[in-house]
Amino acid sequence: MDARIEPMNDIARYLTAQATKPLLRFITCGSVDDGKSSLIGRMLYESKQIFDDQLGALESESKRYGTQGERIDFALLVDGLQAEREQGITIDVAYRFFTTDRRRFIVADTPGHEQYTRNMATGASTAALAVILIDARKGVLIQTRRHSRIVAMMGIRQVVLAVNKMDLVDYDAATFDAIVADYRAFASPLGLSSVQAIPLSALEGDNVVTRSPNTPWYVGPALLELLETVPLDERDAEAPFRLPVQWVNRPNLDFRGYCGRVASGRVTPGQRVRVLPSGVETTVRAIVTFEGEREVALAGDSITLTLADEVDVSRGDVLADASAAPEVADQFEARLLWMAEHPLLPGRSYTAKLHCKEVEATVTDIKYREDVNSGAQLAAKSLGLNEIAVVTLSLARTVAFDPYAKNRTLGGFILIDKLTQETVGAGMIDFALRRAANIHWQALTVNRSARAAAKNQQPMCLWFTGLSGSGKSTISNLLEKRLHAEGRHTYLLDGDNVRHGLNRDLSFTEADRVENIRRVAEVAKLMVDAGLIVLVSFISPYRAERRLARSLFGTGEFVEIFVDTPLEECERRDSKGLYAQARRGEIKNFTGIDSDYEAPDAPEVHLLTVQQSIEECVAELTRRVLAAQWLSPEYQI
Amino acid sequence: MTNVLEAESIEIFREAIAGASNPVMMYSIGKDSSVMLHLARKAFYPAPPPFPLLHIDTTWKFREMIAHRDRTAAELGMRLIVHTNQEGLAQGVNPFTHGSAYHTDVMKTQALKQALDQHKFDVVFGGARRDEEKSRAKERIFSFRSAGHRWDPKNQRPELWNLYNTRIRPGESIRVFPISNWTELDIWQYIMTENIPIVPLYLAKKRPVVRRGDMLIMVDDDRMPLEPGEVPEMKSVRFRTLGCYPLSAAFESTAETLLEVVAETLNARSSERQGRLIDSDSIGSMERKKQEGYF
Repeated sequence: MDARIEPMNDIARYLTAQATKPLLRFITCGSVDDGKSSLIGRMLYESKQIFDDQLGALESESKRYGTQGERIDFALLVDGLQAEREQGITIDVAYRFFTTDRRRFIVADTPGHEQYTRNMATGASTAALAVILIDARKGVLIQTRRHSRIVAMMGIRQVVLAVNKMDLVDYDAATFDAIVADYRAFASPLGLSSVQAIPLSALEGDNVVTRSPNTPWYVGPALLELLETVPLDERDAEAPFRLPVQWVNRPNLDFRGYCGRVASGRVTPGQRVRVLPSGVETTVRAIVTFEGEREVALAGDSITLTLADEVDVSRGDVLADASAAPEVADQFEARLLWMAEHPLLPGRSYTAKLHCKEVEATVTDIKYREDVNSGAQLAAKSLGLNEIAVVTLSLARTVAFDPYAKNRTLGGFILIDKLTQETVGAGMIDFALRRAANIHWQALTVNRSARAAAKNQQPMCLWFTGLSGSGKSTISNLLEKRLHAEGRHTYLLDGDNVRHGLNRDLSFTEADRVENIRRVAEVAKLMVDAGLIVLVSFISPYRAERRLARSLFGTGEFVEIFVDTPLEECERRDSKGLYAQARRGEIKNFTGIDSDYEAPDAPEVHLLTVQQSIEECVAELTRRVLAAQWLSPEYQI
Repeated sequence: MTNVLEAESIEIFREAIAGASNPVMMYSIGKDSSVMLHLARKAFYPAPPPFPLLHIDTTWKFREMIAHRDRTAAELGMRLIVHTNQEGLAQGVNPFTHGSAYHTDVMKTQALKQALDQHKFDVVFGGARRDEEKSRAKERIFSFRSAGHRWDPKNQRPELWNLYNTRIRPGESIRVFPISNWTELDIWQYIMTENIPIVPLYLAKKRPVVRRGDMLIMVDDDRMPLEPGEVPEMKSVRFRTLGCYPLSAAFESTAETLLEVVAETLNARSSERQGRLIDSDSIGSMERKKQEGYF
């Protein structure tokens, strides 16, 4: 450990050893009072990683915030945020560093509360081992199960079951054995087969650094001994070569290098590699680094490759061993942890980031939600904060991947909200769904321009959005009549009518409203493809869904028309009597009353119906449709 | 043998640059900045690092630091932006009459915000390490800042695997800490093996100092007000961290070579931040300063 080293040649040797020492990253998790922060504090203290001034500060803080009376509260060493020390809980993951003669360690101390599950997942995602704490007096709790489930889901294979507070059960072997048996029975179906149990006391230091005389019946290693000797995962080193391209380095016309970190395997100059998803093959010319060219690069190395041929490679592509390339797909079955307050809605469009590739993504189906505490499989139409599910993920483009169980780097992804840019989901690919490979787009000779030409018109989708009673239906009906009179081929999709047929299975919850719009947008797209001028008259209250609809169409084909009538005016008209019913609470989720309407930011047309007559609005719209002329970003009639 | 820390730092640099439109590196001239700069050169080799260096000059830095800064930028051919809070300068804000907290707020935190606003940087590299201080141990590698440069420690973006979310909305920014997972010892060892130039103040030498409480303060120029009867004495001292000279305590040492510095570090019984006067203002003071925009 921290032997006091004096002679200079010892130091030089120590430093060389330090630089090449293997690194083990692990997490600690457990319930609120299981003492995991205390355990880390104890390990840091015992391995002499605590400086005198920190110890001094700790003593004064222990008196102020500590939970150990006059004794030093080691938990205060790791609970770093003011709110954590005041509340005596861990909110966010803290990273701590220590070194022994044999290994260096990065330990992520993760929070135990269910509401901070996403922070626990953050810590677990980079860990190779998990120390799961259990209070010997309490045994396996619901939290223990939840933590173990997340540990298993994040692909951590090694688990140390630290049965803490053995001093409070008189170091009783039978208590320990019962807890261990209980835990193993629950853990092996999760795939946690390598479980090593240790009886310890973080507070007293039993079996933390050295084996304790208080547990003569325990013959295994102390915790630190185990951490120093547990076999490191070598799977990435032995797997075939994978390099996600992070950045293309082009300092001048003579050099084009592909930068990235080797996700698995090894690479040498002269090796055949395949570029994915394009599938083009080439040969590695050189491995370029600041120190000069290298003969070989291994998993974990950050390198720059040059290639023998001028092939098209960009950020997000993967360079892989040509004889063992990964799969390419755009539909997956994946496990997903939802990490945002706002729910995941199937059909809504997000940005997925998988290795270095950012691509538009949609969860098309939630197969089932898994109760994180009990493991029960439940039906779900949406996912809330900290909920876990098995889902179908659909990407806008194909990507190269490996299943998460094989390779974390090529199988893990995050979902990003397009509006707030927050990280909202973490996912793990289980396997590709074959749909992508089997459905080929038929290259039709009668194409959309042929159909449009036959009708002598410019096909488009006129999307009317606005509150109930704003005048959408009146305006769109009149407009369709005018266009028909002019010999145009039209079709009107009206919210009420579609709900009687295609969408009669949908309710007015947020999730169903998203699906409602998605279906209508897809139908409108097919009709525009068929050459029609489609008028869609839907409240469509959410920006995200209107954006999704817009994304289905080509430039100039989608015209968003905001029928802007103030809520008071709509309620005053109340032609269907719906507002009155909503006010009486007879209709739930009514837009404008107890459900939000998000006004368009930049519609192509903004109709202010209190200032303009219906006739004026329709006349102007007719003229513009016939001329296929739209001023952007906003034309105010 | 892979140097895991180095490989991770390089990956972080490249990922941040791939998503950045106007990046900059905070260059504080200290040992951590020196290591960070060296890693940036490796990450983008054979191209030069694709960003300028930004130094917030409080006008109270050691003279040797300024010399080292200018020499480094010139040798590497990198653009150096030096920013000083001109209002603070005009008001004569200094650590002696205004105290360390006010001086740091006006001449460092406010100055940094001014520079970031003026140049509209969206990605800002910093040399903070998680082993330095408890609130830093909790900070993400890609640390999100609101349009007002505020850090919300209770609502950090989840950061899974090495998948960094580099997306922001207009006005927001990301502070990126490529050496988050390095320890003080890693820094010294890397400086030795990679032969990275550092400010000579890190090595022991006879320097003029006065004792203030527990601290030895170096008299770097004649702006240092001496108390009646106080005479600077020459002592062999060095620094573990460098900042404004009146706020960086020296300690007595005979470690004149890097190897001797490492030997002392290995046997040290106090943390490097002990030499920083600004951290000891109150418990949780770093977390508060960071929320307000301090690096």
